[in-house]
Amino acid sequence: MCQVDEDFQGQLEHTEVPSISKKCVKCKEKTAVVVIRAGDTYCRDCFREYFIHKFRAMLGKNRIIFPGEKVLLAVSGGPSSCSMLSQVQEGLSQNAHKKLRFIPGIVYIDEGAAAGRSVDDRKTAMAQMQTLFEATGFPFHLVPLEQVLDLSPSVLVMAPSPSEQPGSAYKAAVDQFIQSKGHWPPRPQDQDQDQDLDQASLPDIQESHTQLLQQLMSSTKTQTAREELLSMLRQHLLVHTARTKGYSKLMLGDCCSRLAVKLLSSIALGRGAQLAQDTGFSDSRYGDIITVRPMRDYSSKEIVFYNHMFKVPSIFIPGLDTMTADKSSIQRLTESFVTKLQADFPSTVSTIYRTSEKLQTAWKGSCAADVCDTCLLCLCALDTTVENASAFQATLISEQLSQTKPPETSSAINPNLNPGSALATTTGQCCSGEGECGKKGGGCCSSPRVPETTDMRSLLCYSCRQTVKDMSSVDHLPAYILLEAQRRNRRSQMREQISEFILDEGV
Amino acid sequence: MYAKICLIFLFLSRGGAELLFKGVKEHHVTLPTQSEPWDVKQLLVWIQRNLLKERPELFVQGDSVRPGILVLINDADWELMGELDYQLQDQDNIVFISTLHGG
Ligand SMILES: [Zn+2]
Ligand SMILES: [Zn+2]
Repeated sequence: MCQVDEDFQGQLEHTEVPSISKKCVKCKEKTAVVVIRAGDTYCRDCFREYFIHKFRAMLGKNRIIFPGEKVLLAVSGGPSSCSMLSQVQEGLSQNAHKKLRFIPGIVYIDEGAAAGRSVDDRKTAMAQMQTLFEATGFPFHLVPLEQVLDLSPSVLVMAPSPSEQPGSAYKAAVDQFIQSKGHWPPRPQDQDQDQDLDQASLPDIQESHTQLLQQLMSSTKTQTAREELLSMLRQHLLVHTARTKGYSKLMLGDCCSRLAVKLLSSIALGRGAQLAQDTGFSDSRYGDIITVRPMRDYSSKEIVFYNHMFKVPSIFIPGLDTMTADKSSIQRLTESFVTKLQADFPSTVSTIYRTSEKLQTAWKGSCAADVCDTCLLCLCALDTTVENASAFQATLISEQLSQTKPPETSSAINPNLNPGSALATTTGQCCSGEGECGKKGGGCCSSPRVPETTDMRSLLCYSCRQTVKDMSSVDHLPAYILLEAQRRNRRSQMREQISEFILDEGV
Repeated sequence: MYAKICLIFLFLSRGGAELLFKGVKEHHVTLPTQSEPWDVKQLLVWIQRNLLKERPELFVQGDSVRPGILVLINDADWELMGELDYQLQDQDNIVFISTLHGG
């Protein structure tokens, strides 16, 4: 790559010495202020128009959000999600014909606990977000990540989606909206009055919850797995918030620079089978809540320039990966790789991004009713039920072979040496110690503890298995995940028993 | 001989500015007089020597800014202004914005 770089950089990038005060390619009159998409120069006014149009076009083209629908915007305070928020405001202020027709609300997840920030820092950030959201007049929800500990296992179950609406229904709904001359939907302030009340005070955070969350994060041995785990927990909390507050769409602010990084790092993380869902415009893995990414056509440069020029406020809040070294995690390394390549080859991000557009979900219709066929953590269809001659099976076999060791030496000397043996020990004590635990196969006690590592693993997709493997103990996972794992294990055991019975009957 | 040049520069990133520039986002600086005009390339060296003592790799790389950091000169894309070769004028306004997630 360096070779190519040296040979061609001169020709590709510096053929013409940039002359000061170029004209705008759109209006061909005014002086350009920004260069986007490998060489297009735009003046301030044309850039603004281009930017606003792109947002509406993205939503119009995909026809996923219906008039009057409640849409939850996930805003982190970063430039991309804040830009998304400003575009929604912009869209709602347009005249009836161009107006966005959904009812927005905002959610902010405070991840300070996972990033190890002090209580004071978190309060300051929370107050800043509150001020930002109050200015929009939209209902908003400030949710500390700690609340993930109170989730119920049902968040991990795909909910039935409301009946599929045909394309004609979209058009009818839009016509109806235009006839009502834009008076509908009602102004957001009119409803959610009671919610506004509890927004007034910042949410309380229990210190014990913060500690539990920090234990979970520190039980994860690699930064890569930590970032993966955090993004799963964040996602669960977002879906939960959307469900409990009555939203049917969840808008994320991923821009195309971000998605290009996500696409490549997902491949490195073994999430090839889930790529389309992880990076596409819309994602229906949760059934009732559809995730949409309306910012996926914007580069981070466009967003940053727009925000700066038109004073879109954003709040920089340090996260788990802030100021970390390039090689601290697969995600960071991929970001650095893509950014450096982009600096020399300006079409890098768009090339990767266009690849993501071609991906499609190979949806297995047969497993729709059966939750056991989706991953416990990421809720994507399991990619582990493949034939014996696959690369996946080969990896499993070689892993098993390399882990085989004399049964007594390792676990007896140091039970904490590897997570598998540590867990086996706990289970052993629990069942043999008091003898109260009842019959075999009935689940071990009522405590949310997964009997064996292997049982948890069978419920996960390939990539999530790697994430869990990097944890010193699954016991630190929030209760809702462990309870759901138990439930699924019990169910599959039960199904095994029943299936024998049914076979007998069939004969 | 050139007169002193007064600049305002901003550095915005996801928390990095706080650590890189000791919590100061906006800097008003006066560059010393020198025999030839100041350009952006020299400014980067000056910033590195005078304002940025820890972890310069998060801001500069080689002669230029680190990939992923955008530069605006008087609210315009520096790609339109000659990038490193732009000659600084008195009262110029330079903004550095990081687009990096982990930056
Ligand atoms: Zn123009
Ligand atoms: Zn998974």
